[in-house]
Amino acid sequence: MANGALGAPRVSPPQPVEKSEVAVMPKRGVKPLIKTGFSHIADRIFYFAMLACGVCVLALVGLIVYQLITRSSLSWHAFGWSFFFRSEWDPVNEQFGAFPFVYGTVVSSILALILAVPLAIGVAVFITEMCPVWLKGPLAFTTELLAAIPSVIYGLWAIFVLGPLLRQYLEPWLMRYLGWTGLFDGPPYGIGMLAAGIILAIMVVPIISSITREVMTAVPQQQREAVLALGATRWEMIRTGVLRNARAGILGGVILGLGRALGETMAVTMVIGNRPEISKSLLAPGYTMASVIANEFSEATTDRYLSALVEVGLALFIVTIIVNILAQILVWTVTRGTPARANG
Amino acid sequence: MAETLIPREFSSAPIGIGRRITNYFATFAALAAIVLVLLPLGAIFAYLIYRGIGSINWAFLTQTPKPVGEAGGGMANAIAGSVLILGIASALGVPIGIGAGIYLAEYGRNRFGDLIRFTADVLNGVPSIVIGIVAYGLVVLTQGHFSALAGGVALAIMMIPTITRATEEMLLLVPNTLREASYGLGVPRWRTTLSISLRTATSGVITGVMLAFARVAGETAPLLFTAFGNQYWNWKISQPTAALSLQVFTYAISPFDEWHRQAWAGALILIFLIVLAVTAVRVATKYGTLSGA
Repeated sequence: MANGALGAPRVSPPQPVEKSEVAVMPKRGVKPLIKTGFSHIADRIFYFAMLACGVCVLALVGLIVYQLITRSSLSWHAFGWSFFFRSEWDPVNEQFGAFPFVYGTVVSSILALILAVPLAIGVAVFITEMCPVWLKGPLAFTTELLAAIPSVIYGLWAIFVLGPLLRQYLEPWLMRYLGWTGLFDGPPYGIGMLAAGIILAIMVVPIISSITREVMTAVPQQQREAVLALGATRWEMIRTGVLRNARAGILGGVILGLGRALGETMAVTMVIGNRPEISKSLLAPGYTMASVIANEFSEATTDRYLSALVEVGLALFIVTIIVNILAQILVWTVTRGTPARANG
Repeated sequence: MAETLIPREFSSAPIGIGRRITNYFATFAALAAIVLVLLPLGAIFAYLIYRGIGSINWAFLTQTPKPVGEAGGGMANAIAGSVLILGIASALGVPIGIGAGIYLAEYGRNRFGDLIRFTADVLNGVPSIVIGIVAYGLVVLTQGHFSALAGGVALAIMMIPTITRATEEMLLLVPNTLREASYGLGVPRWRTTLSISLRTATSGVITGVMLAFARVAGETAPLLFTAFGNQYWNWKISQPTAALSLQVFTYAISPFDEWHRQAWAGALILIFLIVLAVTAVRVATKYGTLSGA
């Protein structure tokens, strides 16, 4: 599931055995007489009703694709592939190019991953391998709570707490010591690409760490014992025995996090500055694909304007789908696949 | 787990100082990582409570927003709007989600089932803003105006895949012997599925539904151009409606201090409701109070 932290409840399985006595004997008593006529029809009806629900899921995705393609055709015919490489976004003259948004989405997501991946793996390693057993549950629950916080609340917090902190402390510091890289130029607004990257990082950590925990738990216990028996320290055991075997799954988790970061809308919209400019500096404001849709969709006055925004949505849809499928495949190879190999 | 299996004497084995330092460093780094991750969590909650609690009062919970510049007013209509939209979303999404889950678990052990399973996972990964575009095209354009129904449809689309997969997972945990026992008594298959399989899996299914609910309860992006927001009371599903998350967003990006104050209060109420739902489900499923539901 994409939203791992929310979507993968660790609940105890239902307790069927105790209930079976109650459940199997219906109160009104089913006639033991085998009269197939009615129940046969009812079975068919039930089957088709459930099938209809299943097909509904299929139809929904079909509908999404159909809607996005038909509603973006106007812009597609006008600009073709060049839509994604042009930097001009001029609703007045109906000239649209999505490059600044693509750039903003990619840069903010990569920035988020750079910050989040080490943290997420550290969290997963600590929870699965290092922390005392009694602390495991609460820690796992607390980190997953991060995934339950709505995006708009992250945005609110980022505007009023993170932004000012960045402006006053972190950004001047970065400019003084890392200004020579050119990545930290210009006035420290607090609002901008860096703020978006940081807030996205906080949001994707629980996703990456919950998948990482899952795949690390899938590594057999004997593997750990074997590596320890060879005289490894705990860290060497984790590195060679666990992380190395789980790396495909961890990569899957990272890519899943990327999928989330690419499509994240509200928090980013609130702190990225919403200016369609391409700047090398991370302190400068930017714009992402999701934010431009959020900000301009209900104000789009002309058909071509609306169509251009839908095309941005279509591109976002395609990219996140590919990213999510890739991630799922990688996670499956670890959790459902063959047992981990010792020299993997 | 590993803890108990590591012999304590291991640390006294002749391990080089460099390796030992690396080991300590790694432990420290992992500890630092978890502290760094929990820090924002603590900061967000602390700030929400600090800024929000002072602004929650009777007026906030019972009044509609006042015009800019006037103090007071509240988000009562937004809370009601959220209830309306989430009600529509649940009414549409829960039956379809559970139905699809039943199909996958009871009839879907084949190629077509795999296709639906895969599609549900795809749907789960679609960005919420894209769902908003689709709901706009489906409902808003056909109706001709923004509406609570459009918002509900958008959120329902987001709920379905989560519920479907949770229902399937839980139904698969029900042992087949139970179904066979039921068939043996001459109970038809549909009745077996509903009264035996689904009933046994109830607590798990409820968990799935609540998690899906918690996930969409705070969603804002798909509501921006579907429910749209409203400054007044609205109980009609065909009219634009305020929602708590939307109102928090509008107020947060506004330049007015009074609105900022209310944004924090709205956010606190929103998160309180979500955390309440999530923990209630956790506790209920852990201690089995729902297993008899």
